[in-house]
Amino acid sequence: MTSYRLATGGLVNRAAPLAFSFDSKPMAGLEGDTLASALLANGQMLVGRSFKYHRPRGILTAGASEPNALVTIGRRGRTEPNTRATVQELYEGLEARSQNRWPSLDFDVGALNGLLSPFLGAGFYYKTFMWPAPLWEKLYEPFIRRAAGLGKATHEADPDSYEKSWAHCDLLVVGAGPAGLAAALTAGRAGARVILVDEGSMPGGSLLFDTAMIDGMTASDFAREASAELQSMPNVRLMTRTTAFGWYDGNVFGAVERVQKHACDPASHLPVERLWRIVAKQALLATGAEERPLVFGGNDRPGVMMASAMRAYLNRYGVAPGKATAIFTSNDSGYRLARDLEAAGIEVTAIVDSRPTAPPGYRGRPRVIANAVVCQTKGNKSVSAIEVLHDGRSETIAVDALAMAGGFSPIIHLACHRGSKPFWSEENAAFLAPQDLKDLRIAGAAAATVGIAACIQEGSAQAAAILSELGISCRPAALPNVEAEEESRPAKPLWSIPGIKGKAFVDFQNDVHLKDIGLAVREGYGHVELAKRYTTSGMATDQGKLSNVNAIGLLAEARGVSPAEVGTTTFRPFYTPVSFGALTGAHSGYHFQPVRKSPLHDWAAKNGAIFVETGLWYRSAWFPRGGEKTWRESVDREVVNVRQNVGLCDVSTLGKIEIFGADAAEFLNRVYCNAFLKLPVGKARYGLMLREDGFIYDDGTTSRLGEGHFFMSTTTAYAAGVMNHLEFCAQALWPELDVRLASATDQWAQMAIAGPKARLVLEKIVDDDISSAAFPFLAAKEVSLCGGKLHARLFRISFSGELAYELAVPAGYAESIADILMDAGAEHGLQPYGTEALGVLRIEKGHVTHSEINGTVIPDDLGFGKMVSATKADFIGKVMLEREGLKAADRLRLVGVRPLDPTASFKTGSHILEKNAAATLENDQGYVTSSAFSPHIGCTIGLALVKRGPERLGEEVVVWNGLKSEYAPAILCDPIFVDPTNERLHV
Amino acid sequence: MASLISCPHCGARPKEEFTIKGAVLSRPAADAGHQAWTDYVYLRDNPRGTHREYWHHTSGCRRWLVVTRDTVSHEVGFCQDAAAAKLAEVRP
Repeated sequence: MTSYRLATGGLVNRAAPLAFSFDSKPMAGLEGDTLASALLANGQMLVGRSFKYHRPRGILTAGASEPNALVTIGRRGRTEPNTRATVQELYEGLEARSQNRWPSLDFDVGALNGLLSPFLGAGFYYKTFMWPAPLWEKLYEPFIRRAAGLGKATHEADPDSYEKSWAHCDLLVVGAGPAGLAAALTAGRAGARVILVDEGSMPGGSLLFDTAMIDGMTASDFAREASAELQSMPNVRLMTRTTAFGWYDGNVFGAVERVQKHACDPASHLPVERLWRIVAKQALLATGAEERPLVFGGNDRPGVMMASAMRAYLNRYGVAPGKATAIFTSNDSGYRLARDLEAAGIEVTAIVDSRPTAPPGYRGRPRVIANAVVCQTKGNKSVSAIEVLHDGRSETIAVDALAMAGGFSPIIHLACHRGSKPFWSEENAAFLAPQDLKDLRIAGAAAATVGIAACIQEGSAQAAAILSELGISCRPAALPNVEAEEESRPAKPLWSIPGIKGKAFVDFQNDVHLKDIGLAVREGYGHVELAKRYTTSGMATDQGKLSNVNAIGLLAEARGVSPAEVGTTTFRPFYTPVSFGALTGAHSGYHFQPVRKSPLHDWAAKNGAIFVETGLWYRSAWFPRGGEKTWRESVDREVVNVRQNVGLCDVSTLGKIEIFGADAAEFLNRVYCNAFLKLPVGKARYGLMLREDGFIYDDGTTSRLGEGHFFMSTTTAYAAGVMNHLEFCAQALWPELDVRLASATDQWAQMAIAGPKARLVLEKIVDDDISSAAFPFLAAKEVSLCGGKLHARLFRISFSGELAYELAVPAGYAESIADILMDAGAEHGLQPYGTEALGVLRIEKGHVTHSEINGTVIPDDLGFGKMVSATKADFIGKVMLEREGLKAADRLRLVGVRPLDPTASFKTGSHILEKNAAATLENDQGYVTSSAFSPHIGCTIGLALVKRGPERLGEEVVVWNGLKSEYAPAILCDPIFVDPTNERLHV
Repeated sequence: MASLISCPHCGARPKEEFTIKGAVLSRPAADAGHQAWTDYVYLRDNPRGTHREYWHHTSGCRRWLVVTRDTVSHEVGFCQDAAAAKLAEVRP
């Protein structure tokens, strides 16, 4: 006998059949079904194999807490493992596959683990796989991982899109059951901005399967009317298919909306999921309660189900659990199910009640066995009989379905996400939410309130209290008239059941059974946090939604204390699993990070540039020409052309900061270690910026364009950091200075025109006199171009060591001016050069970059000791630069290095050793910071930081590359390989 | 996930827009001595409770703020412009 669809009843649309498949078997469901209800309607009781023992498992719940019915749905990139069949809406064409079985669900080899179970108790792998240790990584762990399992993720890219959004409201209500709907109606009618979220596809919660009559309507009709009213209110946003998964600082809630997870072919203009951050002035949790399983032998056999879940399948989906159902209950919940089954004409074989008597008002026909327990179930892949112990004897009863009802646990996860602990209420036999929560209240079953009328009343009252705190007036709402059966008595918890036979599962998802809990206590892991980790109870995708409370109750009994003393493990977000897609949002693939393109990007591209990513920037690295087979050929040509003729390089990515104000000079004087106060207008100066600890932070040239106007350049990598730093100095350290800062990196395009013929090219477009007399080295001023058509800034500065200028033009004119320069320079051999050639040119000239300014160097290490002002009263880094260690004689200092054999080469990062010294840490003399092939020298050259470097010029050393065990005999030399007397700069 | 910071210039903004530098410390005078400078550059308290920090509204108004937050409750209290805070400190 199996589950089946009833001829009538439920909220499913019988006129809209949906075809789907399970393990490739075609099946039919109805619109309004979940995958679980559709599987049950098709008589599919066996839906998966358990994690460790590979036991057959069926559908246990009808909601988010499902530990068993985890399936993989979807195809290819849309494959989604560990989907809970109980919350997945059915859609046409849905493909579901069972997990953790081989070769098939019906015949699973892994089930042999069940025979080995005496050896697979809690902590078995800590004990079994200890020795020999090397085998852990290679053998044991991969084996365990393969054997134990959930579904497998796909390696294909997810084709769908995701997005993130913010929402703000006066009141967020989580859960649209009786309490939540009542609260939202009360607040909505009062005009408050309300957001009501519910994880289901239909608002209503338990109303969707309750048989109560409310204001003369069925409970589900009442829910529909209430939602319609809410939807008509402009101040209310009703979000279904939305799970609030976390409560965060500032009363911000995380929620995930499954926009199109119920569609076979998601529309491409909509995301499949949307991650919400909801900022709520006040929030109300109306999240309901979770029914507890009972721990008896074979309580995991397919056909055993939570009583409230059985009601949901019966009343909401029109699905019967079987033809002969028994109910094992410790409270009145089981009787509500019995009445519903009876009304649907389904035989209730027995109600097994652990209490001494049935509820006094119960008048149903089914046989009630009071003071009794189910000690085990029998059957193969589904339950066929139960063994009941009562009055000191045992009775076997044939059934094809068994409901269990162990009482209710309020769903209080969100209330515990910010560190407060729940407390045990003896009266309610449950853990309740922490008290004194700020801006968060609890209503309905989540507050252990029992009965629809009471939940509605409480939801409304809590909303009214919140409104009054927010200063929003509201009229007391007329409460609906509820006709329902009388309220349940709180259940006395039934933790351990006498006479259990076989495995009694506490945590279904992790295969933790009763004996594991006892073992944990006996072995000293009785603390709730230790027991969780030792037994794995409460882990994995369901995070113990069903199991935790039973584990705590059993631990308490084993230790002889109250559950209050055992306490709970820590509740953390997420309440239910959230996809990586939703958390990533739009930031995937090409959109993972923004792309920054120089204003000269298109110019470089049309000149054939090969681009290199540096941070977010795309920089032109080199410009190959016909016949060149390797990048080195192109780079060497570009370098030689700059030394002999003239080159044009895009340096727009350097940071540019405009600095204004009467105190701008004083400000620069404090942020640079060298003097800037007396820099004349019309002059540029190289500046070194230190950190407060005395080490160099960044370098660049800063020009004085007016008495109170400077233009600073920074390195590309530190542009943003320097800006933040300057703002800190200006605002937090010295707000009394009159200084204003503006980043202008993106506003100006800047190009270096370098080479002996640079002036010849520039003269053709610059209107001003730029002869060496009128515009000498380090001159900086605003110039006009092309007969006054454009104003630009011209700086006579050089990174290459040649006669060179940097021309800055408004970004929008970048490409036009570069084109004009290329035309003007054609007769002088002007060629574009990229960052690779730029690097070779600066190494040849001994100029440093962040390869040398690596956070460990002070000015003196790079030969800039004399630049540091001795007269300034203060500057950033001044005091700490005086420390003893920074004056040590054996500091690593900048030198040049080149191989003795001109055909040899070495790599950046290689270490310097004394000749004949072994490669040991003690013998380390320093390391190569930059290296390149120098066309000018004709061999590889490098810059290096070497102990007492400048004192050792001419010393033969060995450059050692430890990664490749390469040794290159080399010689330490002056770091300036080209024009050490700077004659070329001044021509 | 996010909490919101009340920038005195921009209003409530998500914390992702801000970068945090660390404790608000007073920069010593150049002649304050080695110990004062070592403390300023290297030594940090790890207070339980109220903590005043420099936050930069990097993706907003680009002002440096003094944000007072509670390291236990994560409650963010008073947010003040750093320049205003410094000037108020200097002027008696």
